[in-house]
Amino acid sequence: MALADDRLMEEVGFRMSEATAGDFFALLKPRVMSLVVFTAFVGMVAAPVAINPLLAVIAILAIAIGAGASGALNMWYDADIDAVMTRTAGRPVPAGRVTPGEALSFGLVLSVLSVMTLGVLVNWLSAGLLAFTIFFYAVIYTMWLKRWTPQNIVIGGAAGAIPPVIGWAAVTGSVSLESVILFLIIFLWTPPHFWALALFKSDDYARAGIPMMPNVAGQASTRRQIFAYALILAPVGVLPWALGYTTAGYGVVSAILGLGFVWYAWKVLAMADDDRAMKPAKALFGYSLLYLFAIFAAYLVDCVVGRALMMGGA
Amino acid sequence: MTVADKDLELVTLTERQRKARRNRSVAIGVALAALVIVFYAATIVRFGHHGASLTGSGLFGGG
Repeated sequence: MALADDRLMEEVGFRMSEATAGDFFALLKPRVMSLVVFTAFVGMVAAPVAINPLLAVIAILAIAIGAGASGALNMWYDADIDAVMTRTAGRPVPAGRVTPGEALSFGLVLSVLSVMTLGVLVNWLSAGLLAFTIFFYAVIYTMWLKRWTPQNIVIGGAAGAIPPVIGWAAVTGSVSLESVILFLIIFLWTPPHFWALALFKSDDYARAGIPMMPNVAGQASTRRQIFAYALILAPVGVLPWALGYTTAGYGVVSAILGLGFVWYAWKVLAMADDDRAMKPAKALFGYSLLYLFAIFAAYLVDCVVGRALMMGGA
Repeated sequence: MTVADKDLELVTLTERQRKARRNRSVAIGVALAALVIVFYAATIVRFGHHGASLTGSGLFGGG
């Protein structure tokens, strides 16, 4: 742009955007979105009734876009703290590639579009749950809990745990105990996952002024709480088998995965106070990602194989 | 039209801004086209095979 034009635009508070489609895609937090898509898909497959495959794809797409929209709203609101954290400084808004106004508009438009699409084409219960998830993540978690309490990711984790319930509701038009257990697995997985990250990124969070557990309650207390959550998560992961929703195959896999989680959490608990490398915390963070993917994959395989065997026997 | 009016109406984009705008325009076009296809296909499914879509058990017609 010519220099004179630049000055004119600055005077009227306007600048030409240099954001590409890739920058807007980054606002959707694609890595988080992939986890949402996967867990929602498992919720859909686990449902005992059918949905047209095209409507299933549309439901997954709407859930993914809704989750992405809440990510964009999060990046709009959190641009100030993202800018001072090494992990998030390169995001489109703090890096200056997308303006806050663009991120806000993008998030709001996609929120409305995803909820309306799910409601009109699939059903309104799943649309309502998606709307609640977006609201919970963008308003309750991002605007309120995140900067206020060290329990931020405990309560806020509910938003990330709902996708399998939405997937189930998209197919059945209802919510059942089975889908609530899938919710519980993600809900209980969230604190040890994020607190492991917060342990080795505590300087980052402190610089941004976010009251994460290690910065507020101290590292020793955080390590104890991580271990406590691991002890609760492991049996809850086995619940689908214990309640008769899956075969023993899932039961064995989930039990092994749960024991692994407890083992990694134990290593974090036993970590020395002056351990600066924090390898056990990094190992738990990595394992927790594997755990969630593997336990939902096991659930998916169990559903598909069980159904195939049932069809073969019929 | 005065020279000042002309300045207000014309913005000379840099090459980078022009490329970014074209990139965004293509993405919006693709997204809108996809939305039209999705709504058209879903309408056919819901009104054309409404009964079939609600029967059976298991995702994709599984047992």
